[in-house]
Amino acid sequence: MGEVQIANYTINFGPQHPAAHGVLRLVMELDGEIVERADPHIGLLHRGTEKLIEHKTYTQAIPYFDRLDYVSMMCQEHAFVLAAEKLLGLQVPLRGQYIRVLFSEITRILNHLLNVTTQAMDVGAITPALWGFEEREKLMEFYERVSGARMHANYFRIGGVHQDMPDGLAEDIGKFIDAFPKVIDEIEGLLTENRIFKQRNVDIGIINAKDALDWGFTGVMIRGSGVAWDLRKSQPYEVYDRMDFDIPIGKHGDCYDRYVCRIEEMRQSVRIIRQCLHEMPAGPVIADDNKVVPPKRGEMKATMESLIHHFKLFTEGHRVPAGEVYTAVEAPKGEFGVYLVSEGENKPYRCKIRAPGFPHLQALEFMSKGHMLADAVAIIGTLDIVFGEIDR
Amino acid sequence: MDKDAALRELSDHVSANLPNVVVDAQLAFGQLTLSCAATDVVRLLKFLRDDKAADFQTLIDMAAVDWPARPQRFDVVYNLLSLTKNWRIRVKTMTDEATPVPSVTDVYRAAGWYEREAWDLYGVLFSGHPDLRRILTDYGFEGHPMRKDFPLTGYVEVRYDAEQKRVVYEPVSLTQEFRTFEFMSPWEGAQYILPGDEKAPHVDLPKPRNQAPKAN
Repeated sequence: MGEVQIANYTINFGPQHPAAHGVLRLVMELDGEIVERADPHIGLLHRGTEKLIEHKTYTQAIPYFDRLDYVSMMCQEHAFVLAAEKLLGLQVPLRGQYIRVLFSEITRILNHLLNVTTQAMDVGAITPALWGFEEREKLMEFYERVSGARMHANYFRIGGVHQDMPDGLAEDIGKFIDAFPKVIDEIEGLLTENRIFKQRNVDIGIINAKDALDWGFTGVMIRGSGVAWDLRKSQPYEVYDRMDFDIPIGKHGDCYDRYVCRIEEMRQSVRIIRQCLHEMPAGPVIADDNKVVPPKRGEMKATMESLIHHFKLFTEGHRVPAGEVYTAVEAPKGEFGVYLVSEGENKPYRCKIRAPGFPHLQALEFMSKGHMLADAVAIIGTLDIVFGEIDR
Repeated sequence: MDKDAALRELSDHVSANLPNVVVDAQLAFGQLTLSCAATDVVRLLKFLRDDKAADFQTLIDMAAVDWPARPQRFDVVYNLLSLTKNWRIRVKTMTDEATPVPSVTDVYRAAGWYEREAWDLYGVLFSGHPDLRRILTDYGFEGHPMRKDFPLTGYVEVRYDAEQKRVVYEPVSLTQEFRTFEFMSPWEGAQYILPGDEKAPHVDLPKPRNQAPKAN
């Protein structure tokens, strides 16, 4: 026997691995250090969200959306309430729409800060994560002030948002966005021209526009490949059509371009937040429809009719006319959609959640084949996956 | 509305080019839904992808819906998106527990996991799928949990057994009875026997909706 046969070997990546961004189990077949096959085993965080929603009233379903992608909470509530509003034919007051857009963009910064910095951590830079998390903490304080919860806000309601913003919050958000671009500059100073960071990201995980579309990519994953597609521009919802902002796109479709897009999107989000704060009119934040929107506490204590409405809405919930709709929002990770089927009852008959991370992770094998094992880690990082939404 | 007219035109265009494929076309809430037989799904989706007037480049989502009262109990719904035309379409087909739907993985590669998910959670079969394994449920899971006749609590629960030093599966035992509230008022056709009514000689109860016919 002259030749020595070297067999490929299979490794088990995860489910508990810091670079797996959650509970991803990846069965990889390696030829030396080259990835031959990568088979993601998902579902370790499957909680049956869709099934639970089928057994809950519409209002009770909203908190489940916070817990899907637990770093872009409000954007997901947004998709669901938009779906229900479409079936109900409900119009959201202008101030409510502005608050929704404002917090969607805060959420986008929250998400991108996490993704950019943890991806940097995967490829060897620790400091950006520490700096980014400090800013995230400030943003989560805004969440807390408006909804009472740092993360799982449950703030959007069918017809608007739960409460108006407390006094002083707009000023504090204004102060934050004045200071924030400098923080982005600092994080960029650590990464953008960093030799190690570029060596780990440039020309890694390239996907061209045609493949990206075929794999169902959306969001930054497709914009990084040079497709100018953003639902906020192409199918604007709420007041996005009044906002002046740009959509950054990449050229090469590699990990580095996606990083640059995310950084630029944060700057654009700052622009949108500033416009929201300037233009936000006074007025109600939730639609005036007693059959859907519960009465204010004071009213409920004072009038019999409000008490009845309150009781009915918090026990039975409200009915939603029969029909089916698909609504989507541009969540930070891509297109987050809800396909809602209603039978005219107080519970959704079917609520399919279209999580952007699901098709992204599906293409992991396609993207990482032929790369080194360490590059697979960089690709997982750039896919921006969070298992709450993929496993549902 | 302008957009509705464009969608209606698209619907006519598809029907004209694929006669006898599109069984039904509906436009509701500004969204177009085409229905077709399960055997025609691949043909229709391929047409929608390749035809320049339709130009649906990407399969955004795929969902199964369970209607246990129907003989063909599953709806399989494909959500397509066109970036160039900036419109969406839904393609809908029906199947039962035994008849497979042709897989569309050759048309859109994104369909791979979506079909696995529909198989896992609903038990919809897909023929020609390269790798139709379960995807979201546990290894060795039995049943299809999103079906309407699958209980919300499931059948088994897991815990770590210190003696056996492993995770063991046990039948679900609820410390509190599972409560489901029926908010239908008795005047609107309640589907349960009101207290005292059982003494009446004959109560003709309406058939419960959305409930599977009893298996023999």
